[in-house]
Amino acid sequence: MYLAIRRAGAQSRGSDLECALTMTTEFTPFAALAGGALIGLSAVGLMLVSGRIAGIAGIVRRALLPDPNARPVEALAFIAGLVLAPGAYTLLSGEGVQQTVSQNVPLLVVAGLLVGFGSIVGSGCTSGHGVCGLSRLSARSIVATVTFMATAAVTVYVARHVVGG
Amino acid sequence: MRLAANFALGLVFGLGLVLSGMVDPAKVLNFLDVAGTWDPSLAFVMMGAIAVTSVGYALVRRWGQPLLEPTFLFPKATDIDAKLLVGSALFGVGWGLGGLCPGPALTSLPLAATGTLVFVPAMLAGVAAGTLVVRALHKSPTA
Repeated sequence: MYLAIRRAGAQSRGSDLECALTMTTEFTPFAALAGGALIGLSAVGLMLVSGRIAGIAGIVRRALLPDPNARPVEALAFIAGLVLAPGAYTLLSGEGVQQTVSQNVPLLVVAGLLVGFGSIVGSGCTSGHGVCGLSRLSARSIVATVTFMATAAVTVYVARHVVGG
Repeated sequence: MRLAANFALGLVFGLGLVLSGMVDPAKVLNFLDVAGTWDPSLAFVMMGAIAVTSVGYALVRRWGQPLLEPTFLFPKATDIDAKLLVGSALFGVGWGLGGLCPGPALTSLPLAATGTLVFVPAMLAGVAAGTLVVRALHKSPTA
């Protein structure tokens, strides 16, 4: 199985802080819409089958520190499906999966901690609030999505155009 | 049956993330970089996902109950509180730093990029810490 990975090398301290990822990417509206539709199909399927919201942060929490009725093994099965997706994509399409991930270890530790902690305290992530919540027109999810989009955009602006610029 | 369904749905979700390019933090960060190398793809991913999910949820609700469970677990909370705002704000900062959120991070684990292999354990620690904090807050109603 061939999985192509492009990785950004850290060229200097400056570009480290910049995530070393200031590069153009191709605008792919049709692949984006089709991929989004698949995400929607999965979200509807999970509600139809299990009656649950397809928020990945919530699924991780159910697997990691289950409450009663959290169904941790089902959550793990969903996560196993996610993890096998790049391999399945390559088998189906014959194409590798490209990504560019910063290699700045301290930055990614902080990023991971904030994403994990923030998504649980804020009751949702990009999928739970941004897809499932907006689809229900939940006021909480609209506020949450606007909030995390804003702080993420400010973070990228500071990292790329203030610190990195 | 439950496990097979959850596995298949996870696979479809992951395929959607791969096909849409959302497993690539460069595309995510470029969506957030409106003042720089902007790539609007993420907005189209959300449009596609919300179009299907909003119609699908409306149809599924008419079903009465899920296929394998007694009740739909739609969230019931309606209050916009400090937890929602602070949690979402912190989540956004982390998302903007790495360009990774929980779905793409887990999905791209087998690509084994150094950054992802560092990010995911930290994210799990963050989820655990967040869960403990939320549980502690619920136990002390004065908090």
